[in-house]
Amino acid sequence: MRTILKQALLLNPEQKLNQKNDLMIEDGVIVKIGSLKEDDYKSAQVIECENKICVPGLFDMHVHLREPGREDEETVETGSNAAAAGGFTGVACMPNTTPDIDSAEIVRFIKEKSKEHLVDVYPVGAATLSRKGEALSPMYELFEAGAVAFSDDGVAIKSAEILRNVLEYSKNFGAPVIEHCEDESMAEGAMNEGLVSTTLGLPGIPSVAEDLIVARDIMVAEFTGGKVHIAHISSKNSVELVRQAKKRGLNVTAEAAPHHFSLTEESLKTYDTNYKMNPPLRTRTDVEAIIEGLKDGTIDCIASDHAPHAIEEKEMEFIYAPNGILGLETQLGLVLSELVHKKKLTISQLVEKMSINPRKILNISVPLIKEGEKANLTVIDPEIIWTVDISKFKSKAKNSPFDKRLLTGKSFAVINKGKIYMNESFRQI
Amino acid sequence: MSLSNRHLLGLNGVSREDLQLILDTATTFREVLERPIKKVPTLQGKTIVNLFFEDSTRTRISFELAQKRLSADTINFSTSTSSVKKGETFKDTVRNIEAMKVDMIVVRHKSAGVPQYLTRISKANIINAGDGLHEHPTQGLLDMYSIRERLGKIEGLKVCIVGDVAHSRVALSNIFGLKTMGAEVSVCGPMTMIPYGIESLGVKVYTTIDEAIKKNDVLNVLRIQLERNAGTRIPSLREYHNYFGITTERINRLNKEILILHPGPINRGVEISSEVADGPYQVILDQVTNGVAVRMAVLYLLGTMH
Repeated sequence: MRTILKQALLLNPEQKLNQKNDLMIEDGVIVKIGSLKEDDYKSAQVIECENKICVPGLFDMHVHLREPGREDEETVETGSNAAAAGGFTGVACMPNTTPDIDSAEIVRFIKEKSKEHLVDVYPVGAATLSRKGEALSPMYELFEAGAVAFSDDGVAIKSAEILRNVLEYSKNFGAPVIEHCEDESMAEGAMNEGLVSTTLGLPGIPSVAEDLIVARDIMVAEFTGGKVHIAHISSKNSVELVRQAKKRGLNVTAEAAPHHFSLTEESLKTYDTNYKMNPPLRTRTDVEAIIEGLKDGTIDCIASDHAPHAIEEKEMEFIYAPNGILGLETQLGLVLSELVHKKKLTISQLVEKMSINPRKILNISVPLIKEGEKANLTVIDPEIIWTVDISKFKSKAKNSPFDKRLLTGKSFAVINKGKIYMNESFRQI
Repeated sequence: MSLSNRHLLGLNGVSREDLQLILDTATTFREVLERPIKKVPTLQGKTIVNLFFEDSTRTRISFELAQKRLSADTINFSTSTSSVKKGETFKDTVRNIEAMKVDMIVVRHKSAGVPQYLTRISKANIINAGDGLHEHPTQGLLDMYSIRERLGKIEGLKVCIVGDVAHSRVALSNIFGLKTMGAEVSVCGPMTMIPYGIESLGVKVYTTIDEAIKKNDVLNVLRIQLERNAGTRIPSLREYHNYFGITTERINRLNKEILILHPGPINRGVEISSEVADGPYQVILDQVTNGVAVRMAVLYLLGTMH
């Protein structure tokens, strides 16, 4: 089968590619880039891509797929569908499932579940058994089974000593350790601590709870020479800590979630639990620091922290409701609307942060837009104006604070593993 | 005259006119409470549910009494188990009660924001009887009423809230209400008990109790709530008493006439000495009586709105 993407802007900063051209795919492989001849159009499906941008498939390195254990909230399949709809060809899923991803069987189970899907799913293994922070998980075995990184996400690795061992041990096979940075003893609140939490009477989590663990992790990374990746960075001081660590040449990377650069704690004023997340929404100053960190490269990636929750769990009294919001289907639109169209990031930087860098951090090869390469592509329509409608989400869950929000730009099509997702359906190409 | 909002969720944002109206209406009901027959037919035929998801004795009794004196039909629903543990969601619990056709809901809950959430899932008038560390508006109102009753005004007075301000729902309601009425509000206590950003609300912070007594006309003394984890924020009740407790000795030494309020229940010998709690400056039991009148006023004003 033959598919032609006609007149897309082909953009991949990794190969210094930035040109408008035709691209022909045959049986999932890019066979030709350049002006096509009449012959080429024979029995080809032509997709008009005028004003669209074709980039290496987007990758979300921080999602929760809930399987195994909470298939009522999300499954590998529904989460992958949401990823495809959101413009992603690959995701890394976090290990806080039930049971945790702390055995090779679970890694293989997830890989098996996603084998046929357009979206590549890379499990992140638990760093410690049951993410308890006491004993190392069989990291080598998990790595061999397909885990690309290790994390106790949901919480930070409990002690500096265990973190040290996790970082040392992972050096044997070069996998990064992804840290949810939060000092547990200071983190019993339900929102960011500040004037807003004081006024709302909600217990607060101070941003210093995050900064403390970011600082600890950077120091232990320096000491061990291991690779630490700071997940969903949300506070100004944490961004500065990472900036300094990078200046010193340490192996530290970071990601930010769209809600942390598009919302502030002010949103909590209605006590809507769809704004409850961890790390919590912070202040305008923090938001500005996150954007600055994205601009100057301190923050390498944008990742959604896609966290599906059952309706009955989210529709709870505020202090009892679980943390987290959906992200896969709004992320690209938010990045385009809040960062690219507002001239904070270029579209090339978007590609770096949403496709190239996450793969590099996880040691996954970056797809090239080149003849002879497998087509792993996202076609972005940067100008389309659309309204977020949670009832149309492919995710099983509905917990998004962005419902009804007007966004500019979204995914037009994704292509991977000889399949295309376009107009809300999958096809072979 | 009627209120501009059909719920009472907090005193934050309530206008001076509305506060005035509630306090003035309470004066009328305060007089009713002195009659031999203390009941009026104002809310006859109205059904009010008291939804108490957290232990409370005096607030619940005060509301219930206020409702009975207004001839409303009242139902009490008390549970300290969260809906999570019961298996039924909070929303379902409320919808079930709502389905029995109720006009007003008085709610207390451990989580801030529950009264506001109720306005989204119920058609009844919602009255907040205390939500988390947020607000306890009828307590704020009865404190204001008691101050006004004793000192004849609120405007221009200096009021200091003393104690665990960070873990108090009474403090915020006092701050918002009193400031709207033109009082100067301050707080005093160990800094571990003073919430982040309180100065931004226009509230002065005193670090020593002597200074707070010297500079203020009214002290609203909060209960030190050991059940709210006070233990990690102060070394001991004894040390608290020694440095922040209100004692006759302290007041006399400063030679200061001061009005003392306490929302109860009192920890004698901790935040307040027995002598002060029973002494001439305090209005603690008046507050309790006024509480019924203020709650009658709120119920009446909301219950007769169209």
